[in-house]
Amino acid sequence: MENAPGGAAATEAPAVLDLDAAYRDSQVGDVLAKLDRELVGLAPVKNRIREIAHLLLIDKLRKQVGLAAEPPPLHMSFTGRPGTGKTTVAMRMAEILHKLGYVRKGQLVTATRDDLVGQYIGHTAPKTKEVLKRAMGGVLFIDEAYYLYKPENERDYGGEAIEILLQVMENQREDLVVIFAGYKDRMDTFFSSNPGLSSRVANHIDFPDYSAVELISIADLMLGKLNYVLTPAAEVALAEYVELRMQQPQFSNARSIRNAIDRARLRQATRLFERGGTVTAEDLKTIDESDIRRSRVFTSGTA
Amino acid sequence: MRLTQGQFSFLPDLTDEQISKQVQYALDHNWPISIEYTDDPHPRNSYWEMHGLPMFDVKDAVAIMGEIRKAISEHPNSYVKVNAYDARLGRQTTAMSFIVGRPPEEPGFRLDRTTGEDRQIKYSLHSYATDKPVGERYR
Repeated sequence: MENAPGGAAATEAPAVLDLDAAYRDSQVGDVLAKLDRELVGLAPVKNRIREIAHLLLIDKLRKQVGLAAEPPPLHMSFTGRPGTGKTTVAMRMAEILHKLGYVRKGQLVTATRDDLVGQYIGHTAPKTKEVLKRAMGGVLFIDEAYYLYKPENERDYGGEAIEILLQVMENQREDLVVIFAGYKDRMDTFFSSNPGLSSRVANHIDFPDYSAVELISIADLMLGKLNYVLTPAAEVALAEYVELRMQQPQFSNARSIRNAIDRARLRQATRLFERGGTVTAEDLKTIDESDIRRSRVFTSGTA
Repeated sequence: MRLTQGQFSFLPDLTDEQISKQVQYALDHNWPISIEYTDDPHPRNSYWEMHGLPMFDVKDAVAIMGEIRKAISEHPNSYVKVNAYDARLGRQTTAMSFIVGRPPEEPGFRLDRTTGEDRQIKYSLHSYATDKPVGERYR
């Protein structure tokens, strides 16, 4: 950052930096606003992201006035149940880091165990390095990270992948940010069995489950994007549906809602076809009560 | 005799920083980078060995620089070059190609003149390095 505009001024005049201007210039506000708009609820997550963004911005300003310290540790862990928005937040995080200049390109590379761990000796290192190469200058998002480490199998190659990751996380901090994601309890065991890893991951963010009210507003948001409207009766049905669905096993928050909407669209299409005759634009965009009530959730009690 | 070839052949050897900027330029145009090496210095030798596969989907030059350094250290007695391939329809050709590593000593070339029929003279280039078998040159 030697050639940053603030750098020259800092050496001459007593440094007075405009925090608001820096905030505006970085356009981080836009990303945070987008995050607020796109994601319902998740208040603790949004707060943490905002805090991290503020810290990074302040650190950047400190650097400009010559108070440079070590670059802040940026590797993160996102824990939470499926469908709580971890990937979406990771995408926004990559954007924030890019806007603040902590990663050069800001692309998000998603990897799972399959992409990192090989099947035979000597296969793992090239695979992991290949993924790391693609993620350089951006963010590497490792989904279901706990699968990397399988303590029950001592010949598993996951440990090798972790070793390589660790090395890059430590030595190339300015080139790459790694985000680990997965279920909370399993990630906790994963970190406790890999102490080297947990000490290098500075930010642990837990994604809470959505409440029923939040899930319904998510559904409204999704339907709005798809240009559908619910009849008042359908809205009541949806509220009941969400309550029931939440109690079922394998409930995965926003993803379940998305699937429910997809199935409702399917039923709406079938309903219109069975009726035959002519349809109006109104018919095409309306999802009525029966489209939701016919879900198996209401009848059998299992998904 | 210092061998020159490809882009920047008229310039002194590029520094790491300069290489990195050239590589980033290629990546910014979505040209995948590949690294090749050879110890046959003849200018008509277009068959260089590949150092690994071409690197697709890479966004940042840091990743390529690591690979370039590895190629040079693995083949200290060879020429190493970096190619960038433009796959766009209508171009589909090497967009950039420049030497990034060379052997410590380059013995150069000898010009052979052969007199043939009717006192015609034929010329040929002979690299001193190729007197030795592949792998033992430039030591």
